[in-house]
Amino acid sequence: MDFKTNKPIYMQIVDLCFGKILTGEWKDDERIPSVRELGASLQVNPNTAMRAFEYMQAEDVIYIKRGMGYYVQKNARKQIVKLQKEEFFKDVLPEAFRTMLLLNIDINEIVEKYESYKNEQS
Amino acid sequence: MIQISNLSFYYKKSAPIFEGVTLQIKSGIYGLLGENGVGKTSLLHIISGLRFPKSGSCNVCGYESYKRKPGMLSQLFFLPEEFNTPSESISTYAKLNGVFYPNFKQSELDEYLDIFQVDRQKKMTQMSFGQKKKAMIAFAIAANTPVLLLDEPTNGLDIPSKSQFRKIISSVSTSDKSIVISTHQVRDLENLIDPIIILDRNQVLLNNTVEEITQKLHFTYSATKPQDSLYCEQILQGYSAVSENVDNEESILNIESLFSAVVLNKEKIKNIFNN
Repeated sequence: MDFKTNKPIYMQIVDLCFGKILTGEWKDDERIPSVRELGASLQVNPNTAMRAFEYMQAEDVIYIKRGMGYYVQKNARKQIVKLQKEEFFKDVLPEAFRTMLLLNIDINEIVEKYESYKNEQS
Repeated sequence: MIQISNLSFYYKKSAPIFEGVTLQIKSGIYGLLGENGVGKTSLLHIISGLRFPKSGSCNVCGYESYKRKPGMLSQLFFLPEEFNTPSESISTYAKLNGVFYPNFKQSELDEYLDIFQVDRQKKMTQMSFGQKKKAMIAFAIAANTPVLLLDEPTNGLDIPSKSQFRKIISSVSTSDKSIVISTHQVRDLENLIDPIIILDRNQVLLNNTVEEITQKLHFTYSATKPQDSLYCEQILQGYSAVSENVDNEESILNIESLFSAVVLNKEKIKNIFNN
């Protein structure tokens, strides 16, 4: 895996796991790979993988069964969408705004593009 | 697991390598970094009992390392950067040497040799440098010693082997193992090593976990040149810089920048980390 330079590695691992849950590769109440397995397959320090698991557990996306491993929480998808939406408004959008100001792009132009994009998709 | 106290060492009295060095190594995958000639290999030699402290002590698993007690030697494996092997296959080598390591596992050795695609019947003296190195890395890891010292393990490894090496090291690291990897190839091991030790002439500049480092220092990438940075370098995307993490921001460690920042600001870095 090629890691980006602007986001902590453990959060990039979280994103990867979120992706697997959103696409349905990991299903509700199913066991996911262990910290050790995931750490090894991504070739990162096990502590980094552990931090990603701790974050997901704290955010109620996965839960631990003692002696069994980690499982996907019911409603994990809903929780992930909520978290990623927060991140979008906190990090992605301000970056886009910054570029808009820099390039003098009007919001109406964006709305126009957005509408035609939506039409293309449907 | 390794406690070095007030260690002094020199080859020539006029050119000391270590002066009053104190260093503790616990469990984890330690990255041992330092410029050429600062004494990385000498330190590994002292830990493994191959060289003796001129003063001070080096305690490994409860033993003074210079005494080379069997109790310590069975708990430690040191793989030098370059080495000569006996004229035998890795299978024979393991049969004869595995007995010295109480936790040595033949099944693990077989697994790692398969992953590295090493011929287990071929005499190691007839192998290429890389093949020989992979055979001995496989043995070193399969010995399952609480202390594992690897001097430049990725030198000579081909591209797929480096990635296999990272996978294996990540999978065997446990809370009762100290793995110390001395290296210049930080890009090979960037996301693997934690904590990080940076050696300088005579002293230890840094011995901290990645979490501690990113709490104290902030690694940034920006289009404009940042003010008051400890280290700044022009890259394709703009500037890669290291500064003191005053606003407690989260960032991702760049070992190469860290190294330059530490070497260029020795005193300042010490102050930042001692506060």
